[in-house]
Amino acid sequence: MSKRIDVKDLNVYYGSFLAVEGVNINIEAKSVTAFIGPSGCGKSTFLRTLNRMHEVLPGARVEGEVLLDGDNLYGPGVDPVTVRTQVGMVFQRPNPFPTMSIRDNVLAGVKLNNKKISKGAADALVEKSLRGANLWNEVKDRLEKPGSGLSGGQQQRLCIARAIAVEPQVILMDEPCSALDPISTLAVEDLINELKDEYTVVIVTHNMQQAARVSDKTAFFNIAGTGKPGKLIEFADTTTIFNNPSQKATEDYVSGRFG
Amino acid sequence: MTVTAPVARKRSALTKGQLPAFAPYIVLAVALVLGAAILALIGFNAFGWGLVSAILFTIGLVGWSAAVEGGRKASDKLATCLIVGSFLVALLPLVSVIWTVLVNGIPGIITPGFLTTSMNGVTGAFDNKSVEEGTKVLGGVYHALLGTVQITLLATVISVPVGLLTAIYLVEYGNDRVLARAITFFVDVMTGIPSIVAGLFAAAFFFVVVGPGTKTGAVAAVALSVLMIPVVVRSSEEMLKIVPNELREAAYALGVRKWRAILKVVIPTAISGIASGVTLAIARVIGETAPILVTAGFATSINNNVFGGWMASLPTFIYTQILNPTSPSNPDPSSQRAWGAALVLIILVMLLNLGARLIARIFAPKAGR
Repeated sequence: MSKRIDVKDLNVYYGSFLAVEGVNINIEAKSVTAFIGPSGCGKSTFLRTLNRMHEVLPGARVEGEVLLDGDNLYGPGVDPVTVRTQVGMVFQRPNPFPTMSIRDNVLAGVKLNNKKISKGAADALVEKSLRGANLWNEVKDRLEKPGSGLSGGQQQRLCIARAIAVEPQVILMDEPCSALDPISTLAVEDLINELKDEYTVVIVTHNMQQAARVSDKTAFFNIAGTGKPGKLIEFADTTTIFNNPSQKATEDYVSGRFG
Repeated sequence: MTVTAPVARKRSALTKGQLPAFAPYIVLAVALVLGAAILALIGFNAFGWGLVSAILFTIGLVGWSAAVEGGRKASDKLATCLIVGSFLVALLPLVSVIWTVLVNGIPGIITPGFLTTSMNGVTGAFDNKSVEEGTKVLGGVYHALLGTVQITLLATVISVPVGLLTAIYLVEYGNDRVLARAITFFVDVMTGIPSIVAGLFAAAFFFVVVGPGTKTGAVAAVALSVLMIPVVVRSSEEMLKIVPNELREAAYALGVRKWRAILKVVIPTAISGIASGVTLAIARVIGETAPILVTAGFATSINNNVFGGWMASLPTFIYTQILNPTSPSNPDPSSQRAWGAALVLIILVMLLNLGARLIARIFAPKAGR
C-alpha cells in the first residue's frame, strides 16, 4: 500500500515568480526521503506540489510532471481531490479541527466526505490509526474530548493519525517537529520509522540531525540568492549526503560552513 | 563573617514622594463641598453640581500630584480622570434611557391584560372613563408583539441565507475578483441606507409586483431584510475570515472537497460568531419604525397572517399611541401604553443580546481536557 513518486522537470510558480526550477527526483516506495536546505529555498513549496496543495494558493501553478506510480498528477482531467486522498499531508503546526472530538478528528477524512461507515468499523479505524500514530494509549479514555485539549506533540500525532486514517499511499510531512519539544519530536521520529513499513514518507526538515536519523535518502535544496528560484542541488543516500557529498554547497551546508 | 543588624523599619525610600492612597477621596470630598458651595451661589442643580465637582476634582488631584509626585504621575492622573469622565458621560444617556423607560413603562406593563390583549375595540370612551373614574387602562400590545415577532422572524428567514451565502462567496470564492469587490462596495453602501428608503423600496416593489397599496407583514419583512442583509454579510464575513487557513488546508489534504470543507469545517468553526452576528442584526432591525409604517401600516387588532392585511408592530404601536392618542382629550392612558410597549421592546432586544451570548458560548469550540 504505497507508491513511488517520480518528478520530471518540475517548475513551480507563484504567479509569474519562479519559486522552484527544474526538479528531477525519484522517490522510492516504502522509504523515507528528507528534504533539507536553507529557509526560502522552496522545499515546502516543492513538497506541496506532490499532492496538489500548492495550487490552493491564488496564482500558484506548476509546469512539468509528477508521476505517482506512473500516473501524472498534473495530467488533464486529474481531480486534485483524488490526488489528495492518495497523498496525505501533515503540516508544520498541529491543526486538529477545533470543533471536533479526538475521535471525530481521526475520522474527519471519512466523515467530511460523508462516507457511510458502521460504528464498529469506525471504532476499529480510530484505534488502528491512533495506534499507528503512537497516541492510542494516551487518549483512549478521552476520545470524546476536543482534540484542541491535547498537548502540542499529541496534537501533531493526532494530525498524523488523521492523515493515515484515509489510508494514503504517500505521506508528506512539512517540518512536522518544528513546533515540538525534543520528547515529542522523538515520538514523531519513532513513528516515521514505523510508517516506513507501510507508506512512502517525504519529510521537510530544518533539523539535519533529524534528517540523518529518520531518512533513507536526502535531497538538498539551495537558492542562489533572494528572488532567484530554488533548485535541487543533490539527491543521494542520507549517509552519502552527510559524509561524502559530491557537491561543495551540500558539504558546506551539512557541515555548518554555509554561505 | 559578620552579621549585620537588620535595618530598623522606616518608611521605604522606594515609595518616597507618592501621594497617600486616600488622596483621591480627600480631593473628592473637598471638590464635592466646593462644588456645592459654588452651585449654591448661582442656583443649585444636581447636573451642574456633578459637572463642577468633576472639574474641581480633576484640577485638585492633578495639581496636588504635580506638586508632590512630578509631571509623569500628574499626566497619568489627568488621563485617568479624562477617561473615567468620558466613560461616565457615555454611560449617562444609557442609564437615563433605561431609567426613564422603566419608571414610565412598569405601570403599563403590570396592568392586567397588557401583554395578552390587543387594541381591538378599545375606544377613547374607555380611556376617558379610566382617567375620570380610575378604572384600569384597557387595551394592550399583544397584536403588536405578535406582529413584531412575525415580521422580524420572516426578515431573518430571508436575510440569513442570502447574507451568509454572500459572505461565503466573498471569503471563499471571491479571490478579490471584480464581482467580489463590487459586492463588498455595495454591501457597504447598503449599510448606510436610511431605513425609510428601504421601506419605500419594499412598498414600491410590491406595488409593482402584487398591486397598488399592498401593505402586509411580508412587505415589512422585505424592507427589514434590506436593512439586515448588509449587517449579516459583514459580520459573517469577518467571522469566516478569522477561521485559520490551516484548517481549510488540513481538510483539503484529507481529500475533502472545497464545499464540504466550507460546510463542515469552516462554518462550524465560525458558527458562534455568525450566530451572535445574526442576533445582533435582528436586534438592529427590531426597533425600526419608519419602514414598517409604510409597508405594514398599523392595525389595532390581531393579525396572524404575515402575508395578508395590515399588521401592527411594537415601534409603530408606540408611534401611533403617542402621536394619535386613542382619546385625544385624555392622552395619558395612551402614553402609558406606549411606554409599556417601549419597555417590552427593550426587554426583547435585551433578551436577544443575551441569546446571542448564550449561542456564542454554546457553539464556541471547546478546549476541555
